[in-house]
Amino acid sequence: MIFIDIKKPLKGVKENMLLEAKLNLKKGSFLALFGASGSGKTTLLRIIAGLEKADGKIIVDNEKWLDKKKFLPPQRREIGFMFQDFALFPNMNIMENLLYINNDKNLAEKLLGLSGLNALKNRIPHSLSGGQKQRVALCRALMRKPKLLLLDEPFSALDTKMRENLQNEIMMFHNEFDLTTIMVSHSPEEIYKLADIMVELKNGKIIKKGSPKELLLKTSGSEKFSLRGKIIDIIKADVINIALVSIGSHIVEVVISKEEAKKLKKGLSVVLSTKAFHPNIKVLNEDTFS
Amino acid sequence: MNFDFTPFILSFKLAFIVTLFLLIIGIPYAWYLSVTKSKIKPFLEALTALPIVLPPSVLGFYLLVFLAPDSFIGKIANDLFNIKLVFSFPGLVVASMIYSFPFMIQPIQSGFESINKNIIEASYLGGKGKFITLFKVILPNIKPSLLTAIIITFAHTVGEFGVVLMVGGSIPGKTEVASVAIYDYVENLEYHKAHIYSAILLVISFLVLFSVYYINYKQKRKYDFY
Repeated sequence: MIFIDIKKPLKGVKENMLLEAKLNLKKGSFLALFGASGSGKTTLLRIIAGLEKADGKIIVDNEKWLDKKKFLPPQRREIGFMFQDFALFPNMNIMENLLYINNDKNLAEKLLGLSGLNALKNRIPHSLSGGQKQRVALCRALMRKPKLLLLDEPFSALDTKMRENLQNEIMMFHNEFDLTTIMVSHSPEEIYKLADIMVELKNGKIIKKGSPKELLLKTSGSEKFSLRGKIIDIIKADVINIALVSIGSHIVEVVISKEEAKKLKKGLSVVLSTKAFHPNIKVLNEDTFS
Repeated sequence: MNFDFTPFILSFKLAFIVTLFLLIIGIPYAWYLSVTKSKIKPFLEALTALPIVLPPSVLGFYLLVFLAPDSFIGKIANDLFNIKLVFSFPGLVVASMIYSFPFMIQPIQSGFESINKNIIEASYLGGKGKFITLFKVILPNIKPSLLTAIIITFAHTVGEFGVVLMVGGSIPGKTEVASVAIYDYVENLEYHKAHIYSAILLVISFLVLFSVYYINYKQKRKYDFY
């Protein structure tokens, strides 16, 4: 059982804000902290880790990590933390990176084996690819046999394929080691795939809380599907108008009416949806997903 | 012609002691400068850099005044440790430490400032305290900066002239270091000896600088310091 109730004033980009979060987390759950950049999600993660101080309470399995009188330093919190930029020690090889945290050779061998990294154990971090570095960072985070695994945007530096590999690996470790995991992310796809509970932060406040299914799949009306996107351009071609909308990593062309062309502007966030037609779904070349 | 190596031995002994002491003081001081958000930081940085811009004669003059036997510091040194701080070797050490101070501090400070803060936090999150983190993570990852600081400080101490002349005088075998010896030879029109001493200092200085740049070049190719 993890109980968090903290407050911390933050200096925002535009204005100062108060980060306020109250959370109850069951053991074994996988929580995603969702929100735009500057919403306070990474700060919340850092407060849980003990890297930043705050007012309030953090209680993990009846152990006080933070309250009015007490501040347990990060060294004494049972935490595995994975940084966005891996933060491997450049002066140590892979094995040494793991053993520095905890001199347990069997555990290190086991973790590297599970990630298929055994062959790399004598290499230095500099010689590894981004995906390999992140997997080493995950193994290193688990060397303390943590109760709580904290992930700070773990996939942002990786390409699609590596992302999927790492997602599977995180799921495997989460189950294998009976972890409670908190992940900061701004990708609905990652959250939907991994998390069983999510919290959305905006300007330091929790604005939504629930299961990713409820929060992410909601469509507002009778649409068959709806996609969020951004207008990147409006082109006039002969008699018709075309809006270019960027959705995820794709750009789609949508034919719009003259009236719509007047209302819509470059840079607007929009929802693209359809009611009348059933969308077609077709499998792409299979190895894209393997 | 019998050749006297004493000034060189004195120069290197002085440089070795000064470098060692400055390294011990320099690491915590440079660390403090690199992390502090205090308002006195610019003041301390200016004070640290002062010996770079100050004429050695000015520095030497003040050191003479403040280290003299009848001065406060001079008295303490004399009464407590029975050490004379002017026209003596311990005096040269103190003066050289002040003169070479910025050459030790600045490279180490910039090394500390450029290190990826996440690897320090990763060490804390791995349960390691500040002391172990300093020796196992921070210092090994600023090796090029440390090496630069050590070698430049050493070379700069060997190469100093004005301050050692003023604070040390030129007592053969005690405070007459190589650079001062050259000056004495030229004054006595012993150009032959001045030539040899100068050539030796020139070659050593070049080799020292070359080794710094070469080692840093190799290090940078070996590691990617993020």
